[in-house]
Amino acid sequence: MALPGRALTPIAWQLGEVAELVDETARVKTLVLEVPDWPGHRAGQHVDVRLTAEDGYQAQRSYSIASAPEDERLAITVERLDDGEVSPYLAEELVVGDKLELRGPIGGYFVWEADQSGPLLLVGGGSGVVPLVAMLRHRAASGAAVPTRLLYSARSLEDVIYREELDRLAASDDQFELSYALTREQPAGWTGYGRRVDEEILREIAYPNGEGVSFVCGPTRFVETVADGLVAVGYAPERVRTERFGPTGG
Amino acid sequence: MDEQDLKLDGNAAAGLLRELFTFELTTACGRCENCGAIAEMGAVMVYANAPGTVLRCPQCESVLMRIVRDGGRYWLDVRGISWLEIRA
Repeated sequence: MALPGRALTPIAWQLGEVAELVDETARVKTLVLEVPDWPGHRAGQHVDVRLTAEDGYQAQRSYSIASAPEDERLAITVERLDDGEVSPYLAEELVVGDKLELRGPIGGYFVWEADQSGPLLLVGGGSGVVPLVAMLRHRAASGAAVPTRLLYSARSLEDVIYREELDRLAASDDQFELSYALTREQPAGWTGYGRRVDEEILREIAYPNGEGVSFVCGPTRFVETVADGLVAVGYAPERVRTERFGPTGG
Repeated sequence: MDEQDLKLDGNAAAGLLRELFTFELTTACGRCENCGAIAEMGAVMVYANAPGTVLRCPQCESVLMRIVRDGGRYWLDVRGISWLEIRA
């Protein structure tokens, strides 16, 4: 396992086999991969995926790992971007049994371990929720009872990834609180947040005095707004861990 | 899309840094030679849309590190960093 403070072996590309494909939303799919000799990962890390065309042209993208370290197989969740080079292939062309070139696990800054002291505040925008869900799955699998809140911003309820799993966790775990902010479309009678995440929302969901640690993941503008807002409501900047998704993520 | 949308962070350079270093560099602290700010490399600004990857100080935005890869060669420019503290 790639722990910080240990010399690592050189990073190498390896092949994973698609074992299962799960439709999460109309635009989002989870790829469950069988990766021989996978060294294990920590919640929040990502993998690089590389596609090679017949003429040798290569395109490479990073995808957050969705599965918990405790899970048997590696899962990544991919949002299809229509003008993307990689995601349309991963989300539409790939079938069970196909091989995929990847390397990882990568990163160490945006990582949460279940034995870290809490409370834990997670704020995700769109597919930025993926590494946060890996943290939630790690928390559940390890039996950690650290108080945790997830604020998840999505365009509409139909765009919420892992919705059933999150709602189930919120109903069964009294140490876990879930809030949605639906920015474009809210169902009739919606009682959650119906706007973009702002300082007022963060003030309501943040733990008092910025206690514990927070992880924020999403598009750059979302992350900057949330990170600034969390500092404004009392979080020390070094306790706001951020990961930005770029426009070339496709 | 404008410059703001192109801004990433040190997480986006983690794979490239792992090609060059045997320690996890996103959890290493680096000092900006220009302004003296100290930041974990995972928290610095990264622009990956240039011919190379450019890491900038989150405080003063000056260039910390530039990495260009071309086939079997790398160019690594670290003159913007006074030092790196790597957890070993």
